[in-house]
Amino acid sequence: MATSTFEIRLGSYFDSVILMHLQRALLDLPGVLDAGVVMATPANLILMAESDLLPTEAQKANPEDLLIVVRAEEEDQATSAIAAIDDLMAKRRSTSAGKFRPRSLEAAFDILPEARFVLISVPGRYAAGLAEQALRGNRHVFLYSDNVSMEEEASLKAMAQERGLLVMGPDCGTAIVQGIGLGFANRVRSGGVGLIGAAGTGLQAVTSRIHQLGAGISHALGTGGRDLKKEIGGVTALQSLDLLKRDSETRVIVMVSKPPDPEVATKLLSAARNTRKPVVVNFIGYSPPARKLGNLHFASNFNEAASLAVDLLGENNQSTAAGATSARQTGNDRRYIRGLFSGGSLASEALLLLQVMFGKIYSNFGGERLGEPTKAREHTLLDLGEDQFTVGRLHPMIDNDLRLRMFRQEAANPEVAFILLDMVLGEGAHIDPAGEFAPVIAEVLRQHAFDVGVILIGTDEDPQDYDHQRQQLLDAGARVFGNVLEAANAIGSLLGGPSESIVTPVDLEDLAAPLAAINVGLEAFYESLEQQGAKVVQVNWRPPAGGNEKLMSILQKMRD
Amino acid sequence: MNIDKANEAAVDRIISSRPMLTGVEIARDVIPGMEDNLILHAGPPIEWERMSGPLRGGVIGALLFEGLAKDEKQAQGMAQSGEIEFAPCHHHRTVGPMAGVTSASMAVYVLDNVTHGNKAYSNLNEGYGKVLRYGAYAEDVLKKLHWMNDVMAPVLAEAFAQGDGMDIRALLAEALHMGDEGHNRNKAGSLIYLKLLAPSIVKIVKDSTVAEEVLQFLGDNALSVLNPVMAACKAMTDAGHGVEGSTIVTAMARNGTDFGIRVSGLGETWFTAPAQVPDGLYFPNFTSEDANADIGDSTITETAGIGAFAMAGAPAIVTFISGTPEDAINATLEMYEITFAEHKHFSIPPLDFRGTPTGIDLRKVVEFGVTPRVNTGIAHKEAGVGQVGAGLVRPPMEIFEAALIAFAERYELD
Repeated sequence: MATSTFEIRLGSYFDSVILMHLQRALLDLPGVLDAGVVMATPANLILMAESDLLPTEAQKANPEDLLIVVRAEEEDQATSAIAAIDDLMAKRRSTSAGKFRPRSLEAAFDILPEARFVLISVPGRYAAGLAEQALRGNRHVFLYSDNVSMEEEASLKAMAQERGLLVMGPDCGTAIVQGIGLGFANRVRSGGVGLIGAAGTGLQAVTSRIHQLGAGISHALGTGGRDLKKEIGGVTALQSLDLLKRDSETRVIVMVSKPPDPEVATKLLSAARNTRKPVVVNFIGYSPPARKLGNLHFASNFNEAASLAVDLLGENNQSTAAGATSARQTGNDRRYIRGLFSGGSLASEALLLLQVMFGKIYSNFGGERLGEPTKAREHTLLDLGEDQFTVGRLHPMIDNDLRLRMFRQEAANPEVAFILLDMVLGEGAHIDPAGEFAPVIAEVLRQHAFDVGVILIGTDEDPQDYDHQRQQLLDAGARVFGNVLEAANAIGSLLGGPSESIVTPVDLEDLAAPLAAINVGLEAFYESLEQQGAKVVQVNWRPPAGGNEKLMSILQKMRD
Repeated sequence: MNIDKANEAAVDRIISSRPMLTGVEIARDVIPGMEDNLILHAGPPIEWERMSGPLRGGVIGALLFEGLAKDEKQAQGMAQSGEIEFAPCHHHRTVGPMAGVTSASMAVYVLDNVTHGNKAYSNLNEGYGKVLRYGAYAEDVLKKLHWMNDVMAPVLAEAFAQGDGMDIRALLAEALHMGDEGHNRNKAGSLIYLKLLAPSIVKIVKDSTVAEEVLQFLGDNALSVLNPVMAACKAMTDAGHGVEGSTIVTAMARNGTDFGIRVSGLGETWFTAPAQVPDGLYFPNFTSEDANADIGDSTITETAGIGAFAMAGAPAIVTFISGTPEDAINATLEMYEITFAEHKHFSIPPLDFRGTPTGIDLRKVVEFGVTPRVNTGIAHKEAGVGQVGAGLVRPPMEIFEAALIAFAERYELD
């Protein structure tokens, strides 16, 4: 008749890898039918109960306690198996004896002062506190632990940003820095693709594929799955973009993420554009308005993201200059776009595309709504075919009068850098729109340093004669585009997007120096770093004050 | 309240202390509050009924030595009856190894902390074998004690009277670079001590046989300097005691039954729990079955930042901690985690002359769950058998937890 015995060791923390080894070792002992060695977290208790390994008396164990349960054929077999735990534990420990394992982060900093990264994989309730300590110690944090609250994440990241530090995580499983994998990472060759991922396995899928395709990785920075949520605002992703922008090893950037908050996505895309490097974007569940927009390349799956990156790497091999069409240095104040459209659909498409690149766009039909449709501000697109403008007036496809007037007015505005117009040819439309616009364009371009672009829609069989219209506009000094996307791309390469100012930039040297790290938690991460040749110190972490709430609260008060 | 500032003040006072060995005197003449019917003992306060074998033996020996009792039976009766008073050495600015028994007629070293003006005292070391500090009180034990008191002590007293005092801090600093850790190993320090005294002894003592006896006795005993070292440590830690708001441990001591600590910012209170049996190596024919629970004031060395805390510099005795030189290094590294500062005068060559970990911080002990390491001799549980081994012991965690809670109450942190 099988019998179960258990032991609870109060406030005695071990990482799960060690416990699993112990569990397996127990099963090899005579008469042992089943064994469980776990930290008594609620989740583990449920698992134990399901395996019929949770005696009623053992249910009182707390999450900080080590719970050992053995079911054996005979009672004395169970008892002696439990008694063997210490020997089994010592056997395991002796393999790693020798190197000193500090208990505190502070001592670890003393031992390995050059360590720039702290990996944290302790239970969630302790993780934020440790991460804060690491930040105070001026170290970047790779936060594998989950169960860190959104508030804690936001405050950690705010603190990190202020100090020029990265918080990769929480719940961040993977990163590659200088070819060294942190946490779960694949072995990939070094190369020119830098990655940012708010999706751990996505990052692994893309880095692996890039390797398979023969290319390599400069850095892959995990951000934690919630980084692109509204509450966090993409702090780590933005910092990472800024880093990869400055990193000369990185020639192509890939961003992968689970569905991002729309506002955060816009902010990130705009920052991505500012890197002036090709950026492959794969936001799951985000529908891009185009496959390619300036230096942004949209992929719809991880595999495609990898292929695109590798292709771009090939194109971008010669020099970093290729992707870096520099923004035109017109007068500093001329930085805004005005769109004066006759066609509503064209205006709508332009809005979608330009939003990706420039973030906030004002209009009288979508995006940020203008209070008064005639009062343009910052980037503004106006659909002059809307009712507000056509009352008592002909449609702008027939009558150019209003558009011309507004065109002159906007050209004179010292903030305007680009005026975008559309001209739709065909039956029923004005018979020579370019003929009316060209002289005015030529005139204002002589007076003001800005650009004019025209989206010209029509065919060579149209009564206005497409080529003739085009030529007149070109002669006047305008840029002529066959479609909205072409126009958006051209504007994108002329004008920089809004730049999210990084408060304190992360020191690029931290990524470039030979990797040295401190690991708190999962032993496997320590072993992996050591095998990869990184300098690493394992912190022999225990819950503070053995998890005793009263003592912990006193210690906290002593700090205040 | 700024605990860090208070601790900085306390540890500063400990580290800046410069204890000079200035004399050898009779206990009743110098130890504050010493009485003829008072017997000082190691560790926190304890009554006769709860005393362990070696401490009882020491008390009996002292009563015989003082001539207060004629025999063992009478001595026991006196101890039991209450006509003899007991007090911790620590309550009288004194420390003593093992039983630490000190009575009114015994010769004691006088240490002057010239930095802060406080004094500390310790009895003379008897050497190995059957000795009072392990609870032995046979005739030959008492005979040796009398010789030490009547022959050697006056010589030492005169030697110190002629000099300007012996700088024990400097002696320790040097000994730590010669393989001592100042608690279990005092070989180098004792030789330095002998070397410093030898010329005066030869000059003072007219009878060359006596000079030879004294030099031989001091030279044969690798623990000769242990008692002045302990008193020096006591002078240092006393200087750091009583700093308002400080969580620095200023005394750790065992009486063979209880292990006790005191904390700088918590006044005269002892926090105690049952002492444990040290984990160590035993002399042939002895096992842990024979061992008494931890005993002695010598933990004052660790309290002051040497002893087990300086283990990294004493690879010769790593066998006591069942290990390798690397274990010795790790032992010291571990102690940095629970201490507040690094010593300015005591350093460790293998750690690139890093200062020894100094000033046990109650907060860190509790937070990291790491208790101080202590190197120690192990006494037989029966009076008079003597030393049976040496090894490592740690104080019980609960006394640090209790002290932390008391601190929170005392300073109204709740």
